[in-house]
Parts: sequence; C-alpha cells; structure tokens
Amino acid sequence: MTDTIPETPAPQLGTPVIEVEHLEVNFKGRVGLVSGLMGHKSVDAKAVDDVSLTIHEGEVLALAGESGCGKTTTARAIMGLIRPEKGSIRFKGKALPRSTTSLRPYRRQVQMVFQDPTAALNPRQTIYEIVAEGLRIHNVNEGPNGESEEELVARALSRAGMRPPERFYLLYPHELSGGQRQRVVIAGALVLDPSVIVADEPVSNLDASVRGEILALLMKLREELRISILIVTHDLGLAWTVADRVAVMYLGRVVEIGPAEDVLQKPKHPYTKALLNVVPEAGGEDRPILHGEPPDPTRIPGGCRFHPRCPVVASGRAEALGILERCNEQDLMLETASPDHEVACHLLPLGEDP
Amino acid sequence: MSVLSVDDLRVTYSTKGGDVPAVRGVSFEIDKGEVLGLAGESGCGKSTIAGAILRLHSPTTKIEGQITLDGKDILDLSPGKLRAARWTGASIVFQGALHALNPVQKIGDQIVEAITVHRMADEREAHVRAGALLEQVGLPPRRIDDYPHELSGGQKQRVMIAMALACNPSLIIADEPTTALDVMVQAQVLKLLRSLQHDLGLAMLFITHDLSVLVEVSDDLAVMYAGKIVEEGPANEVFHTPVHPYTKALAAAFPEIGDDRFRRRPSGLGGDPPDPQQIPSGCPFHPRCAEVTQVCPELVPELWDAGSGRFAACVHATGAPSLQTTNP
Repeated sequence: MTDTIPETPAPQLGTPVIEVEHLEVNFKGRVGLVSGLMGHKSVDAKAVDDVSLTIHEGEVLALAGESGCGKTTTARAIMGLIRPEKGSIRFKGKALPRSTTSLRPYRRQVQMVFQDPTAALNPRQTIYEIVAEGLRIHNVNEGPNGESEEELVARALSRAGMRPPERFYLLYPHELSGGQRQRVVIAGALVLDPSVIVADEPVSNLDASVRGEILALLMKLREELRISILIVTHDLGLAWTVADRVAVMYLGRVVEIGPAEDVLQKPKHPYTKALLNVVPEAGGEDRPILHGEPPDPTRIPGGCRFHPRCPVVASGRAEALGILERCNEQDLMLETASPDHEVACHLLPLGEDP
Repeated sequence: MSVLSVDDLRVTYSTKGGDVPAVRGVSFEIDKGEVLGLAGESGCGKSTIAGAILRLHSPTTKIEGQITLDGKDILDLSPGKLRAARWTGASIVFQGALHALNPVQKIGDQIVEAITVHRMADEREAHVRAGALLEQVGLPPRRIDDYPHELSGGQKQRVMIAMALACNPSLIIADEPTTALDVMVQAQVLKLLRSLQHDLGLAMLFITHDLSVLVEVSDDLAVMYAGKIVEEGPANEVFHTPVHPYTKALAAAFPEIGDDRFRRRPSGLGGDPPDPQQIPSGCPFHPRCAEVTQVCPELVPELWDAGSGRFAACVHATGAPSLQTTNP
C-alpha cells in the first residue's frame, strides 16, 4: 500500500524556467450608471501587487492561499492570459512579448490543467480530437522526430496513463470517469511537449480515491520529462504531498516562500500559521481560526496588509515586542529567513516565531 | 434511546435503464448529542441515505428496511405527519447554500416562514426567534432584513444552519455543508456546527467525502462503498488505524502535514468507483483492492466485529471468520 511507494527524489533547484519580477495585475472597477451619475468613482482591485517568484526546471511549486488572494490571477498572468500592469515575466531568460501573436510559441511551452475536467472538455469532441486540438491550433503537423499526428496523440495519452491509447480515440468525455477525464486534459497539455504545466486546483473536483493517482501522474511527468509544475491550491495537505517549494499569498502578495518542509512545518508568517491551523485534523477543535471573510483587494490595508487579521497583533504580542507601529504603518517585502526561505513579517528581524 | 435508528435500509432507484440499488442494507444508530460521520465517494449512496431519512425521494424509488426517528417509524408516516417530522424531527443543511436560499426574499422572512409553516409560533414570535437564531449562528440580528445576495458564502451557510435549527429538531443532517466554502470559512462553519451540536445536545449525521473533516467533527465514523458500510468505529481510530483497505486508501488521500509517509508520495486507488448496476461479485471492492486474495471475489463480507467498538467488512480484518483469513 502507501508505504511501498518510493519517494520521488527532490530535484536540485535547476535552472530557472520562469522568472516573475514585480508582477502587478489590476482589475478595473465598474460603476453603475446611477452611482456614476451620483459621483461615485470606480475602484480598481489590485489582484496581484508586486509578486516575484521563480520556477525552476523540473520543480513543483505550490501557490497557496484563500480565494481572492491572487493565486489564480498570478497563474493566469504566467500563462500569458492576462496582461500585467507592471513587472516582467521571463521564460528561459527571455522576456515575454506583449503582443498576442508573438506569445504563441510561449503558450505552447506553458500548458494549463484546469480544476473541472468536465467543463474543460468539449462534450461533442472525441478524445482524439480533444488531444489533437492543441497540435492543430499550433500548426504542428509532425513531431520533432517526424512523428505523425496520431503518434503524438497516442504518446500523450499513454504518458497520461490512458493505455492502450487507441481504445479511447473515438470515445466522448461523458463515457469516461472523472479521473480519466482529468487524464485527457493532461494529455491535451502534454501533446505539445511543454516545459511548464500550470495546474489550477487539479484534483479538487475529483473523488478522494482518484486524487492520488492524478497527483502521482504529475509527479511522474516532472521526474521523467523534467516538466516544471506550478500547482495553484488552497489545500496545504496537497502541497505537502507534491510540492518542492510552497509560496503563500495574501491579498496579492507572496508573504512566505520556501522549501515545503520549512514553510509547512516551521512557518514564519502568522498567516501561513493560520492557514495551517485550519487544515482539518483530529482533536483540532481548540485551534485559533481567523475571523472574517477573505479581505477585499479594492481596499488593501496600509502597513502590513495582514495586520487587521493578524493574531500576533490581536493578542497584544506585537505591542509587547514593540513592533505594533511598524505592523500598522510600514509595508514590507520578503526578507530572507534562512537559505531559500523568505518571509514578509515584522517579527522576522526580531528572530521571533509567529 | 437513540434519536435515529436505521435498520437494514435499502434504497433502489428505478430508472429507464433498470433498477439501481444505491443503498444495499445499511444499519446505524445515532444517540442524542452524538455525531456520526458518513464518508465515501460520489455514488456510494451516502446522500441517498440522507434523502431516505427525510423521505425526499420520488414515489418511484423503492425504500425498504426501517428508519426510526424519535420513536416514530418514518417510512410509515402519513404525508401530514411526515411534514411535521421534517424540520421538527430532522432538518438538513445542504452543500449548495449559495442556491438553497430564495434570492428575492429577505433571509429573516425565510426563517420566519420555516417556523410559521410548522405552527411553532405566530408571526411576531417567529420574528423574534429568527433574530435570536441569527445571533446564535454568529450573524448580527440586524442582518435579518438582508437579501441573500448581500451575504457571503459563509454567511449564507450560517443562515441555512439557522433555518435548520428553527424548529428545534432533534437531528441535523449536514450533507457536505462546507465543501463549496473557502478554507478559513470552512473552519469557521465547522466550529459553529460543532459548538451548536454540543450546546443543544443535537444528534447529527455529517456526510462528506473529506475524511479529514469528518475525523474532526464526528464521534463515530462509518465508511461507505458501493451502497454498504465497509468500516465503522470511533472516528479517531478509524482514520488513524484503518482496517479496511478502502478506508486506508481514503485516509491516504488526506495526509497530515509533517507525516513523512506521504511526503512526495501521492497515492491513490487504481480504477473507479463501481457502477451500482454492475456491482462486482463477492467483496465489491476486490477489483481495486491492494490486498485482494482468492476468496475475495467469492465471499460477500459482512460488517464483522473487530473488537473495541470497531467493525470492518473485510476478510483480512480481525473478527472475520477464521476460515477466510488466509494470507494474501
């Protein structure tokens, strides 16, 4: 059973594949006709506010946080689906072009796997057509070694665990189970031989017993094909099972990033600690839970953006440590806590844990 | 005496494609102040059980066995008595809180309606009670005049819980109540449900596929597969030392952070949940089971007593007849 499965070795941090620097994405606010006439101004939402991160070759990076924290927006900007206001995204050292047509070769290299495979698959296309569609969009008539379209589709399907591939060619999505559908989505991404897969909550719509299989497949792809994987998830348990590094986002910022073992077992940011507190577990009734809903990106608080919900502030500890004023007024960026582990918290310079 | 007792429940849907046995002989009891967690994947029959307890199924659905709620035989009630039993005897909190509320009616009026329909109070008293209920679920009473769209997902789920409490039921059925909610809000709602259940001494049937949520809220845990309970026992023990290979696989899908057994080792079951119309012979789990033996495709396992309040329907479990406990 579980204990006989060999651990996938942790890769050495390889060369950077994607480098995101000072990324900023705003969503324009809308204002109704009546409120507009009454003089109300629209307010922009800062979905992503100065995010920098690097994805290395063959690495699994998990991007975690509550809904509305900007994790999906960051992923979509990396995909080239949203044009950032500011900042740069580099792929293998080269900055992404800004025009849609020149983005095409890049989009081939960076493929997306969505949350809901049933919604992501066209119900009126056969599995073969679905997987071949990417090749057709990118005008790929043959593979790098002269493979035919059918050979490429067959290879992608079997890499995604759909064997023998021919058996699935003429089936429609409704004839497959949820897990098989997600494998088809992954095959559709693999057919273009990408260097990066961005997976947005790839298993949250799947049955519990099928989840592990899909995750194991992603792990195998990174090991065998050296594909880098960015997993967007709210589930820190999932990050523990698959991620090499974890980045935690809050209100458009990365507040903590580092090796999964450090971030998940020795969190340095009070928000990471709060997120870990709500991972359900036996006997966890008395753990502290943050109050309130995820905050509003149109009204980002001044100072440390987490301070209105921060347990360290609420408990009076920040005041006792003499940092309350900084928490309330001084915005801050990531600082190095230990090699590869960065945190944006005023506790850090004091050497205090949250 | 137990608040709810379900005895050999069988539910069969009749469809154009023939009969679909969704629940195939399930028995359990829930006492006052006790939470029973019911786990399993989609299609295992767990929500069908909830529907049977409240008799929400269409008349073409065949329900056999016995369901006793507060001493009354639910399957025998006349439509009028049944109506009273819903809400006052048992009420339900669904997953789709976002869609279960009427969008054009104030939330207070919706709670009032639930109270007055069951003639628990007149309109004025009901209004007072609605305000008190909102406060009980952690919403300011002034929100009573809000429409559903003015509330967040977590707040709507709180309103649903307030409505479920409106007629002082003795049993609450929570069917995936937190699945569509965000992590932090999920924790808030779980905490609320648990404290209400505790303070009011309610019996609760908590249904979800997420074993890690169940182990946190439940006293006892029952795991379903293909329309039957395959393992049952104290929640903590079932989760941490599962006996049935299916429970083992489910528990592995929700690893605890820091558990090195799961670090970079996602594990899952091969195959898919069975089609209720083509349930495999013998133990229905045998085609996907990692510990399958020769007897498994032939012998239908029963929920054998494995000692210390634990039961498992697996030939490898302690308590299974010794004849069958041959090694894999």
